[in-house]
Amino acid sequence: MNVRITAQPFDPWAEVQARQAARPQQAGKFGATAVFVGTMRDFNEGDEVRGMFLEHYPGMTERYLETISAEAGTRWDLVDTLIVHRVGELHPAEPIVLVAVWSAHRKDAFEASRWLMEELKSRAPFWKKEQLPESSRWVEHNTTG
Amino acid sequence: MRIEVRLFAGLRERHGFDARTLTVPENTTVAGAWALLLPEEPFPDNVLAARNMEYVGPDAILSENDEVAFFPPVTGGAR
Repeated sequence: MNVRITAQPFDPWAEVQARQAARPQQAGKFGATAVFVGTMRDFNEGDEVRGMFLEHYPGMTERYLETISAEAGTRWDLVDTLIVHRVGELHPAEPIVLVAVWSAHRKDAFEASRWLMEELKSRAPFWKKEQLPESSRWVEHNTTG
Repeated sequence: MRIEVRLFAGLRERHGFDARTLTVPENTTVAGAWALLLPEEPFPDNVLAARNMEYVGPDAILSENDEVAFFPPVTGGAR
């Protein structure tokens, strides 16, 4: 189980590869890897979005993501999980979040990754401020998925 | 007793500060800390609170040196 918050752009596919390479003892133990990547759009609610600032609560955010990762491990039969989340200044097309789940079987991998993503969105302390062409605004509700 | 209060995101911008140390009576609740911090604004329904980085409700009772955070609805991940 691993959680990382980063202010630098990241490559989610390289993160998945690096995690697997760093844990050779897991090779052969998992038959399913479910990967969700959330990427910044250039539109929201009908407006052009030029950039975004992602704020978090250092300490609490990491703790919350570690808590839900551990809880996923009690609800499903998992080999490993990885969550990487951007903070700071972002631009359209940059990855925001990676949730990867390794399991023996696809049902656990799919269900746990979906659950982790929904828990992250609804409870993890992150806040988005969108930069529009003429103004900026805090996003204060999520889309339904 | 002394507590540390923190605001995040839109709440921080609206009130113009991110952290403040408050001296409050023993057994002050989270909602009570809000009332002492921002007496002009009733505790909003959609504001979330954390005590020492764990979510709590407005009736949670505070202790000396607690860190209390107030923040708007969270919006992480992709949307």
